Amino acid sequence: MIIKLRDFISNIFLRMFQQRRSLKLGIYGPPNAGKTTLANKICQDWLGEEMGPASKVPHETRAIQTKEKIKVKHKRKELTFNLIDTPGIATKIDYEDFLKYKMPQKEAKKRAREATKGVIEAIKWLDGMDAVLVVLDSTLNPYSQVNLTIIGNLAARDIPVLVIANKIDLKKAKIKKVENAFPQYEVVGISAEKGQNIEEFYESLFKLVK
Amino acid sequence: MLTLQFVPYNEIESLSSNSKVRKLLNLVKENKIVLMEGRLKPNEETDLIQRTMESVSKDFKGIELCTIYPNNKNKFLKTFLISLLIGDRTGLTVVGPANIVKEIKRDPNKILLLTENLKRKRKK
Repeated sequence: MIIKLRDFISNIFLRMFQQRRSLKLGIYGPPNAGKTTLANKICQDWLGEEMGPASKVPHETRAIQTKEKIKVKHKRKELTFNLIDTPGIATKIDYEDFLKYKMPQKEAKKRAREATKGVIEAIKWLDGMDAVLVVLDSTLNPYSQVNLTIIGNLAARDIPVLVIANKIDLKKAKIKKVENAFPQYEVVGISAEKGQNIEEFYESLFKLVK
Repeated sequence: MLTLQFVPYNEIESLSSNSKVRKLLNLVKENKIVLMEGRLKPNEETDLIQRTMESVSKDFKGIELCTIYPNNKNKFLKTFLISLLIGDRTGLTVVGPANIVKEIKRDPNKILLLTENLKRKRKK
């Protein structure tokens, strides 16, 4: 009787805890930084399925994608969240850039139109996030205005941020430069594609939403 | 010909965020590179990006944007008092049309403006 009562009470607390933990985790960043690749890695690890297609052509993700109730277990801790993968934020979109990837003109123009809408959507969703992973390409200059605008907006909204310096498997990767650019945030260097340093990423994720 | 337009702080200080963003975007759409005294607020920056995306067309590909401001960490009180008296006019914001300004690089205390060769582009 006492054991049943104890289980009942602990179940109630567990449910309350899990509901509180079911937060909205957004993935933001410039185009081609590896946001969807990271979303796919998380979804593969904990749901056994992918979030969406990733590509070398910029603006592959042009609409918000979500996966609900992802349960991550790490060192006896558990975290449930809804993962929101957003289109890359850019200040300019030129369909001619897509032609370089041998895309037909009609398709390139359509992609550009959809990409502009995607940027608007991504910005609109900023307000609803509980925590955000800002994914940056560690081979590029981190001082771009888009990066600063995203992080500045999250800071102004008091949304916890974890900076992901992605593509550390590439020779040109410079994590130190990303760390120097955003000294007020924790920066984790990973390769979402190769799964490099993913354990450290999950560790930081728990710290982010604690 | 490249046109640089300076927008002093007193020209925008009384404007609402909405009007400020509209003014900047209208100038950029006239193919001018805008040098604005002071900075946009974070929400104004995203508003500018959103409106830019709404305006993207065959002739307008978007903008290049860059803000630069001095590191005043050691002069916090002085900067705070000045901003109370005359407004936050520290820093400089550069906005240009993407068809003219190819890239703006921050270094982080100087701005490098890489422009398109318009003459060559027109010949194409």
